[in-house]
Amino acid sequence: MDILDLTAVELGRKIKAGEIGVAEAAEASLAQIRELEPELNCYVTVDEENVRKQAARVQKEIDDGVLCGPLAGVPMAVKDNMCLAGLPTTCSSKILENFVPAYTAEAVERLIKEGAVVLGKTNMDEFAMGSTTETSAFGETKNPWNPAHVPGGSSGGSCAAVAAGECFYALGSDTGGSIRQPSSFCGVTGIKPTYGTVSRYGLIAYGSSLDQIGPIARSVPDCAAILETIAFQDKKDSTSILREDCDFTSALVDDVSGMRIGIPTDYLGEGLDDEVRAAVLAAAKTLEEKGAVVEEFDLSLAEYAIPAYYVIASAEASSNLSRFDGVKYGYRTKEYEGLHNMYKKSRSEGFGEEVKRRIMLGSFVLSSGYYDAYYLKALRTKALIKQAFDRAFARYDVILGPTAPSTAPRLGESLGDPLKMYLGDIYTIAVNLAGLPGMSVPCGCDSRGLPIGLQLIGDCFKEKNLIRAGYAYECTRSYEMPKMARQKAEKEAEQEVQ
Amino acid sequence: MANIISDETIEYVGILAKLELSPEEKEAAKRDMGKMLDYIDKLNELDTSGAEPMSHVFPVSNVFREDVVTNGDDRENMLKNAPQQKGGAFKVPKTVE
Repeated sequence: MDILDLTAVELGRKIKAGEIGVAEAAEASLAQIRELEPELNCYVTVDEENVRKQAARVQKEIDDGVLCGPLAGVPMAVKDNMCLAGLPTTCSSKILENFVPAYTAEAVERLIKEGAVVLGKTNMDEFAMGSTTETSAFGETKNPWNPAHVPGGSSGGSCAAVAAGECFYALGSDTGGSIRQPSSFCGVTGIKPTYGTVSRYGLIAYGSSLDQIGPIARSVPDCAAILETIAFQDKKDSTSILREDCDFTSALVDDVSGMRIGIPTDYLGEGLDDEVRAAVLAAAKTLEEKGAVVEEFDLSLAEYAIPAYYVIASAEASSNLSRFDGVKYGYRTKEYEGLHNMYKKSRSEGFGEEVKRRIMLGSFVLSSGYYDAYYLKALRTKALIKQAFDRAFARYDVILGPTAPSTAPRLGESLGDPLKMYLGDIYTIAVNLAGLPGMSVPCGCDSRGLPIGLQLIGDCFKEKNLIRAGYAYECTRSYEMPKMARQKAEKEAEQEVQ
Repeated sequence: MANIISDETIEYVGILAKLELSPEEKEAAKRDMGKMLDYIDKLNELDTSGAEPMSHVFPVSNVFREDVVTNGDDRENMLKNAPQQKGGAFKVPKTVE
């Protein structure tokens, strides 16, 4: 058996049973990182020395009976927009290249308290703005299923690292699909929880009314266990909510009999790749055969989600990113004349193209004369989209559809036409506007061997419906790992035979 | 393109966004923003007159707490990230002539 074949929860169990040491698991992850990073670039920062220190401490606490959770000792990775004290947190931007936070994000802190071993920080689209991880200032991440393709984004590094076996699970953040879409492209499972379920304290903000941290892993049980650990009402994030139903692992039941599943016809129409449609409908069929009641319905308003999102997210970004001014942290330009010139030059030199594009659009839609026509109009549209989902959830427990209209595009094909790239988020974005939980589960590969994601959407606070449906579906399949992730294990096996 | 962004508008947006654009960047920004606004104008097809602007999905109001300091003095750590510092403070260019 190879350690890297295990899911996070399986590894946690073996560590607890004393069959595998924490250091042994961490070394296996580090070896895989060394093997594959030159090609994939999933991480911005790997902190080898610190990993070993953490492993020793966690092992001791497990041995002493202090740590007994399901994830104790399991090596994991954190998207580089979440602060970790003492380790660079860059948001994959030049403007934060040298930023070392003095505190740790609450979601990360909660996992560390449960014995997580943090391997490092994963690559992303700069400030989470993008759908391919190509806008990173530190080079693109490549898709482990085929390095000529993107891993998706913005949590592309996290998803690619999980798929490649460079960590057992990861945290991502999702503002318009940034956990679900790269999960789909990389053949892993990711959950964007109900808005407010996970504290955003220590998450570098992009669109505050939409941002939510969530788990990325190989299996639904892994994601449920991680979410159970990070869900928390935090006084340090006033938008976090008190929930008493966070025992997500209790929903890991292989039974969907009587579950009402709706497929929006709007999510199956023009623009959807035929192979993706076929795989998603086959997954729906599987759930139907297991006893779910599946039907198609008209969700409506689907085409208005993207324009509303780009107004709201850009507006919030223009405000959130005004803190990067070259005064308290981050990049400061070398030559300047006076304070305002220093601000302007630092920001212009520090931010990448896509980030500047969104800051400008956001500044524009918030400016006097345009505020009502654009910003308030988008907020009214958001209300209508929420109402459309409310109507749907009066009839269905789960909404099912594709996560993305296609599988992963080739590197270099997306950034030339931003509007076209934005359209790739058509099935994920409305979920953020309405604050709903959403999940992507692998449902096969296309003829080119690239993974396809099935998206499950629930009503607010109904993650358990997603977990139940996702788990029941997962139970009918085996986990598929990209060939590349197996290279090292195969090489070693060969050597043993010789 | 229905939305034509003028030089004055892009200049004004640059001031609001605190960004300094080269002439080429300005032209690109005018084009990109015009295209994006054309797309966003799709929202005008929708009658939203009956909908209140929704900034938050849950009916939450202000969250208050007692005004008590809970974190410690972390000045040294905070200043570590400063591009320039002097005497325990962030150093900035002269702001008042």
